[in-house]
Amino acid sequence: MDWFPYFLQQLINGLTLGSVYGLIAIGYTMVYGIIGMVNFAHGDIYMIGAFHAMIMLLVCGALGITWVPAILMLMLIVSMVLTAAYGWTVERIAYRPLRGSNRLAPLISAIGMSILLENYVQLVQGPRPKPIPPLIRDQIHIMGGDNGSFLVQITYMQIVIIVVTIVLMGAFAFAISTTSLGRQQRACEQDMKMASLLGVNVDRTISLTFVMGAALAAVAGMMVTLYYGNNDFFMGFVAGIKAFTAAVLGGIGSLPGAMLGGVLIGLIEAFWSAYFSAEYKDVAAFSILVLVLIFRPTGLLGRPEVEKV
Amino acid sequence: MTDAVMPAGTAARKPSVYTEALKEAVVTAVLVFLLSIYMVGMQTQANQGQELSFVTQFRDVFWACVLVPAGRFLVALDRQGMPRPALFGGAAGFLYLFGIGALGLAGSLAYDNLPHPFDEPMVNIIFGLGGVYIFGVAYNGVRNRRHGALNVDEREVREERRANWARRMSGILGPFLVGIAVVLPVIVWVSPYNAATRQVVETLTLILTYVMLGWGLNIVVGLAGLLDLGYVAFYAVGAYTYAKLATELGFNFWECLPLAGCLSASFGIMLGFPVLRLRGDYLAIVTLGFGEMIRIVLINWQAFTGGPNGIGSIPKIDFFGLPFERFAPAGKTTFAQFFHIDFSTIHRVMFLYYVILILALVTNLVTIRLRRLPIGRAWEALREDETACRALGINPTNTKLTAFAMGAMFAGFAGSFFASRQGFVSPESFVFIESAQILAIVVLGGMGSQVGVALAAVLLVGMPEVMRELSLYRMLFYGMCMVLIMLLRPRGLLAHREPTIQLRKRGYSA
Repeated sequence: MDWFPYFLQQLINGLTLGSVYGLIAIGYTMVYGIIGMVNFAHGDIYMIGAFHAMIMLLVCGALGITWVPAILMLMLIVSMVLTAAYGWTVERIAYRPLRGSNRLAPLISAIGMSILLENYVQLVQGPRPKPIPPLIRDQIHIMGGDNGSFLVQITYMQIVIIVVTIVLMGAFAFAISTTSLGRQQRACEQDMKMASLLGVNVDRTISLTFVMGAALAAVAGMMVTLYYGNNDFFMGFVAGIKAFTAAVLGGIGSLPGAMLGGVLIGLIEAFWSAYFSAEYKDVAAFSILVLVLIFRPTGLLGRPEVEKV
Repeated sequence: MTDAVMPAGTAARKPSVYTEALKEAVVTAVLVFLLSIYMVGMQTQANQGQELSFVTQFRDVFWACVLVPAGRFLVALDRQGMPRPALFGGAAGFLYLFGIGALGLAGSLAYDNLPHPFDEPMVNIIFGLGGVYIFGVAYNGVRNRRHGALNVDEREVREERRANWARRMSGILGPFLVGIAVVLPVIVWVSPYNAATRQVVETLTLILTYVMLGWGLNIVVGLAGLLDLGYVAFYAVGAYTYAKLATELGFNFWECLPLAGCLSASFGIMLGFPVLRLRGDYLAIVTLGFGEMIRIVLINWQAFTGGPNGIGSIPKIDFFGLPFERFAPAGKTTFAQFFHIDFSTIHRVMFLYYVILILALVTNLVTIRLRRLPIGRAWEALREDETACRALGINPTNTKLTAFAMGAMFAGFAGSFFASRQGFVSPESFVFIESAQILAIVVLGGMGSQVGVALAAVLLVGMPEVMRELSLYRMLFYGMCMVLIMLLRPRGLLAHREPTIQLRKRGYSA
């Protein structure tokens, strides 16, 4: 059982990373499910969420708030609200006018929006990476560490990330399956025209989808801010691609799929870096995506697309 | 809501035009406040000791929260049938803010004395451009009201007329543009401005490289309808092939070119074979992933690719065996000696320009010819309806694969040209944003339109070059323009996406 402690540690790291990817992936998968477009700017929305959380942390410091749970709550709420405003605005400006045009137009508009947001943040906040002081330092000792065996530990931050993700996922799944907004969303997903004939405000539903996606991405951004403590304006790009890969891996359009895909990508990355090479971890994630798509073209939990003539 | 459908009683309670507009403005103000209070209002800075702090910039937030809702108010008034405030307000806002921003950029003292909402001159200019938008909306509204809004049929007729116009324009514009491309460097050279020749020709060469890449990707995206987000990977394969062959085996440019094309094409086939069965958007992500993978491999495979430092001192292009050097290497005659002219570094720049021009025109010619072959027809048919193609016995995977390989091959040619021009390749040049730029060129140009792609390349590559002085704001404007062009012309600059061949309609029964 020599291998077990090391394995366990990688499992913990992978799950933490996977939670973050999963939260971002939900934004992609929801938007794709409802209007069938790849929201390329979503990674940058996540970056904006991380910046909001970081600024809130500094503001807390300036205001003299030191109680950690209060700081966490403030960061969570403020960054969710402000980032949701960004999600709404992006949809309103760049995507809504293009609804109903060809498939590539919103994609290009989204790429443009992504460039715009990155450079906007670079202009207003500066190009240099921002070092963030750790808020929660302690960790729990699980096993090992004595007479040369591998030390396995889980930090409180990792626990916070995993717990917050599970709670949000639960709340989110509940909202989609029971509330009237969730019903409207599912109706729009199935048939937008019919839903609007039956009195669903399609524009409002789509806007709210973007708002929810942005809020979840903001949570992911906040947790990464606290976990890695190094934000820059370009951080959204790679995270965005990985999260989108996760959404496709899980079956795009499916919410549990996005979460599963996120966790899988996180695990693949953690294990590949640990056992093979850290440089090629992204290559591993993409290769597994290709393999899965070849054998299950709709992703792990995706519904098979019915071909209409 | 018109008054006719409202019950009689509610008409009295109908809010006035101003209240409605004001309400919209207040909502906008709240939104702008949310967007800017942290992002703009608190600028984070890390000091030398890596400690993070922030400085407040609430003045900018305040003005953003005044100006944007003011604009919104004017637009809302226009929508209620009062265009005049928007026309005047928009124009006045533009003239003042743009003017003051320009003064500030010029470093004039007047900038400090005149009231200006934002400290940065450039931000004033951006808000001034918002005035143009308001003016444009109001002007459009006035024109539509005067002529009556278009109904669906009229709009279709108009669309069709526009498509016809685009097609006719392409016919005229194409040869015209080629003519310009051929003579422009010479004109610049003999003109009084010939000091700028090198810069101009180098910019033109860059533009033409993107025109060629755009035409190559157009085969994949425009004709076959496959969304490829990792096109730059094939460009990288071409560039590295040339770099390796030229530095280690001593091949010259003309020997490398076909090899680079072949290798890129086989990479295309290798990648395409497993993934081309997938649906469109999955293909997009897999190609995107492939682009990133190639880049990661280039960075990490130190022994073969030189890692992040890349491969340097790649032999420069020569004129069919005659090097462009001041002093002839042993046993060789230089280009200048051979033609008995004075040596000038401009010769190579010019030669490179014409090489890429020819390569690009070959790409164009091949595409045009391919469109008329059965395989080209099959691509377009596949783009329109895959199921029907299957029913008619076209093998979708093979057909897509040829399109993919063709596109990859041209990217390989362009990459090999790029390597010989730069004399240096590194993974830095093959990032995702390049793929996005090439795709943007194809989509902005109007997918499938060769002339449109060329125009879009001039616009998208030329614009940042022209705006180089704006440094930090350059990419901001770039992103903004991408969004704006899509909003204004979602089908591309010159869009005519009907099949090259179609059945003639026989009366109404067909």
